[in-house]
Amino acid sequence: MTTAAYTDLLHLAAGLQLLCAVGAVWRRQLGPSVRLLSAQGTALAAIPFVSGLYRHEGHLVGVALAVLVLRGGMLPWLVSRLVPTIVRPAADWTDSGRYAGSDLDLDLDVPGSGSAMRPEPHAHDDPEETREPTPLVSTTVSLLLTAALTALAYAVSRPLVTLDPSPATHAAPAALAVILIGLLVLTTRRRAVSQVIGFLTLDNGIAALAFLLTSGVPLVVELGASLDLLLAVLVVAALTGRMRVKFGGTDLGELQELHE
Amino acid sequence: MSAAGAAGMVLQVAATAAGAPLVVGGMRQVRARLEGRAGAGWAQPWRDLRKQLGKQRIDPAGTTVVFAAAPFLLAGTSLLIAAIVPAVTTASPLDPVGDLFAVVGLLLVGTVALTLAGIDTGTAFGGMGASREVTIAALVEPTVLVAGFALSVPVHSSNLGEIVAATVGDPGRVASPAAMLAFAALAVVVVAETGRLPVDNPATHLELTMVHEAMILEYTGPRLALIEWAAAVRLTVLLALLANLFVPWGVADAGSGTVGLLVGLLAVAGKVLVFAVVLAGVEVFLAKLRLFRVPELLAGSFLLGLLAVTTSYFLAAPG
Repeated sequence: MTTAAYTDLLHLAAGLQLLCAVGAVWRRQLGPSVRLLSAQGTALAAIPFVSGLYRHEGHLVGVALAVLVLRGGMLPWLVSRLVPTIVRPAADWTDSGRYAGSDLDLDLDVPGSGSAMRPEPHAHDDPEETREPTPLVSTTVSLLLTAALTALAYAVSRPLVTLDPSPATHAAPAALAVILIGLLVLTTRRRAVSQVIGFLTLDNGIAALAFLLTSGVPLVVELGASLDLLLAVLVVAALTGRMRVKFGGTDLGELQELHE
Repeated sequence: MSAAGAAGMVLQVAATAAGAPLVVGGMRQVRARLEGRAGAGWAQPWRDLRKQLGKQRIDPAGTTVVFAAAPFLLAGTSLLIAAIVPAVTTASPLDPVGDLFAVVGLLLVGTVALTLAGIDTGTAFGGMGASREVTIAALVEPTVLVAGFALSVPVHSSNLGEIVAATVGDPGRVASPAAMLAFAALAVVVVAETGRLPVDNPATHLELTMVHEAMILEYTGPRLALIEWAAAVRLTVLLALLANLFVPWGVADAGSGTVGLLVGLLAVAGKVLVFAVVLAGVEVFLAKLRLFRVPELLAGSFLLGLLAVTTSYFLAAPG
């Protein structure tokens, strides 16, 4: 593999990962978010794969395969099991339910989308489970925050890049941005599933940074960290199941106060 | 200034002026066919324009020169943009003086003229449409600039002709992450700027939802014809610009002869046609976005533009 192709592929993988993280901020539907998470894991796996091919190091390719199976397949699959499979008839754009109650709906040229598909009050909890409710920070503000965080990541990682300029370190700011975006998702979402997605995004960013800055993590370390992650997701899965049984929803805001 | 460049400029202005209503008609036709209607035919906008040009001009009571001048300002800036952008040729004589920022500014001059005219009529709908249009424009302009930065960083020039010429010389640049992000951002922006779905519904005449139509509600006859023609020119020029920034092959340069210019004309016409058909086809599947969610979409496209700048600036550093 030539150096130019290696650089391009590496940057493409890092850029794709960043784009998937941005998508996690943008979309509030949980189903597409999980698919984005899977794409993100695949992009992450491409980083050690490409560097392994470029430097002719077999164990990096092995690490890449392990990462692909775990973060591209297994973890997103586990998370997708947490999302209730209620098919909602309304498309994402039409926004039904979110503004249920505000009558002055400007979507008059889309007949039926506003009123007909609004969830019934008593069925309110179940459809709401498949998407993030009005987040603590509005989508527009989170997108602008994401822009600021990306710029911040590039600003603070400049010394790192100048320390050892190589194609891999040039992509490191993108991984740092993914970490910050993961933190943003983790702190601004209410649903347990969205928070898991934020947490996994954060961890994908950390792994990408490790792959880009060091010339590859030993297989044992990578496996250890990944098993920790798997355990954490399994614990959250169990917790979510318990929460749904106890409270009927997974809004973590419900846990802030003691109830009788 | 080369003779080929001047000829190309004349050619692209004439082609845009004549072809823009056909582009709009074609888009309506594609939409009609996909929705199962027969459609009015791709030449219908020209027939509408001819009909409106034959009608009497009416000045609403109380309107001033702002109202009378707006259609001409809009049409003039649209034609000027058509002369600047590298559509048929990259060697337009106006290209060195009008870079990306000039084009964005000219677009804004036309938009502001129309919003002022909307306010000038003193009707509720005119003011409402103007307020919405300005909201969208304020969110769109930064995205255009940022996405333009992303394209101009690798070329070291904000000159549109040079960006296009550099892309012709280095085709791999189109596939770079920065270019793709910038393309996505610019595509959203073109949709918002030309008032297409999901930002504005070009077919609606329902007062509560319309943006562009609300501003021009008081226009009749020749002035309405001028505004609709200018809006079509804007759409065509922006599509041509988008096409040539990312798929620049076939565009003529300073050394091209008659054949080169004709090839450039055919190439850009084909590209605009493909883009227009795709846009119309996608629109069939979209509903208009709530006005309050438009900032969300535009913030997203701004973020894509910013990511494009950061990737083109940081990843393109010699490594």
